[in-house]
Amino acid sequence: MSQPTTYSLSARIMHWGMAFLLFSMLFAGLAMVQSLQPWHLTLLGLHKSFGVIALIAVIVRLVIRLRTTTPALPDSIPALQKRIAHASHWLLYAAMFAMPLSGYFMQNAAGRPVAVFDLFTLPAIMPVSLPLYGFFREVHALVAWALIALVLVHIAAALHHGLVKRDGVLQSMTGRKK
Amino acid sequence: MSKKTPSALPLRYAIIIGAVGGLGALVFAVAGGLGQSSVTAQDFVNLQEGGNPHLGFRRAHAKGFCVAGEFVSNGSLQPYSIAPQFTATSTPFVGRISIAGGNPTAPDLNAPVRSLALSFGEGSSRWLTAMNTPPVMAVGTPEAFYQQIQALSPDPETGERNPERISAFFAAHPETQTFRNWQAGYTPSSSFASEIYHSINAFYLINENGDRQAVRWAAMPTVSNGETLDAANANALQDEFFARVEAQPVAFDLTFTFANDSDDETNPTVLWPSTRRNMIAGQIVVHQAMPESEGNCNEINFDPLVLPKGMAATADPILRARSAAYAESYRRRAREHFLNSSLQPSPQKESENNQ
Ligand code: HEM
Ligand code: HEM
Repeated sequence: MSQPTTYSLSARIMHWGMAFLLFSMLFAGLAMVQSLQPWHLTLLGLHKSFGVIALIAVIVRLVIRLRTTTPALPDSIPALQKRIAHASHWLLYAAMFAMPLSGYFMQNAAGRPVAVFDLFTLPAIMPVSLPLYGFFREVHALVAWALIALVLVHIAAALHHGLVKRDGVLQSMTGRKK
Repeated sequence: MSKKTPSALPLRYAIIIGAVGGLGALVFAVAGGLGQSSVTAQDFVNLQEGGNPHLGFRRAHAKGFCVAGEFVSNGSLQPYSIAPQFTATSTPFVGRISIAGGNPTAPDLNAPVRSLALSFGEGSSRWLTAMNTPPVMAVGTPEAFYQQIQALSPDPETGERNPERISAFFAAHPETQTFRNWQAGYTPSSSFASEIYHSINAFYLINENGDRQAVRWAAMPTVSNGETLDAANANALQDEFFARVEAQPVAFDLTFTFANDSDDETNPTVLWPSTRRNMIAGQIVVHQAMPESEGNCNEINFDPLVLPKGMAATADPILRARSAAYAESYRRRAREHFLNSSLQPSPQKESENNQ
């Protein structure tokens, strides 16, 4: 079987769905930690619930990624640049795991229950500890900024492929007209 | 897709730069406070620190100690709430008794406000409450509370409070009257055990039918004042309490006041009439008291919006503001403890307390 020219439909759905989810999570997080307004409580609850969904989603996504064949980058791209592209993708995966996990762990370390849409409460798997909370709370903020930086570079690169090089790399994720 | 001539190349680069730059700018703007109202959680905690943070300590109610005991419920609240704490059972708690203010070595007897914070239950039945001696807030919004703290703070130049600024603040905020009446009639007791600690904000009890009842609660003392205290001892109240608990448990009646339809549960500046129904839910029994360095209350952020199933927050703007401000203070002190593991949770109590 030859290598496909686009990502599988399931991979593309996960990609665009999670792009939307992660942007919502980032903006919600950045806004809510400052806000003294009554909606803070509601947004915090949604942030935690959707954050757990983001964790489940990235696990599903990784499984899809490992089980499907991904399109190869065009030969016009130098080998070094290909390696950088691949490394940046794995860094994105690392950040997508680190965000929800640090959120979950910091709530554990704070002794706070993580309720998902009032349906169920996740078990605590970290001890309650002030320094541990301090660590995961800062990781949550630092990785958020790293994720933002990675995503901006990622978008710039994708648009460069799509608008300037026009080598089909952008279309491998947007899908092609048949 | 058809290939086009690269004549539009500058335009395409402009699109890329515009899209990525615009998105980046939006993220920075939101992180920098775009869309926030005038006072943020960070502003509030900065004001409480007053430019002089005591590293590792709570930015408010910095001085305190841990307590432990049990809430012995009599079951009377069961028709109103499904929270397991209210069944006729006993639930262990960890708590903290503190005085208001950001200075962890302030003299106990100078503090205008004393506090009792409690944490009981686990998982979806976890309940945290932080209670203060006044029955009402002076003002009803976080913005006004921020101005109140500003007005009451000593002038940075003279080091003194500015009476004109204070009276101007109170004149502009007639809703402070109930609080000031309470203040005028309040005599601090000579023991943490003989104070009344109020929830101030109102909450809902929710029963199995989903009916909501707005309530406030208070921990009512079961003992009267002890002997007079040594005014020169900065830890007079702590020492008295440690000695008292050593001798016998200290109990409070946890009393709930039920709102009527005519009461506004979202306004923490107004007292509900004394004719409102009161119910004692059970007793808070303190069995142990220990310095923060020996207890496990320092790692708790007593965020009053952590409520069990069967209780919910009202839309009271002060109540809703507390979560984010507490989290910011918690974040700062936790970071300080992470970066410097030698930080003491609280000034070590003299060994005499552990006799
Ligand atoms: C992909 C998933 C997630 C993203 C992108 C994300 C993003 C963020 C961001 C950007 C902040 C603000 C950080 C700051 O400005 O310092 C934040 C705060 C927060 N996040 Fe997340 N988060 C995610 C998942 C979670 C999860 C799963 C939880 C918990 C179960 C969680 C709990 C929190 C909490 C409690 C805060 C506020 C901390 C405070 O008030 O100090 N997050 N998040
Ligand atoms: C907008 C209003 C308020 C703000 C911004 C505020 C802010 C704070 C902050 C930043 C802390 C330190 C949290 C930590 O590091 O763990 C704190 C602690 C505390 N607050 Fe407030 N507070 C507000 C209203 C109230 C009210 C209405 C009450 C009482 C009913 C109250 C009672 C307490 C108590 C008892 C503590 C100490 C809890 C402990 O021992 O850890 N606060 N507050």
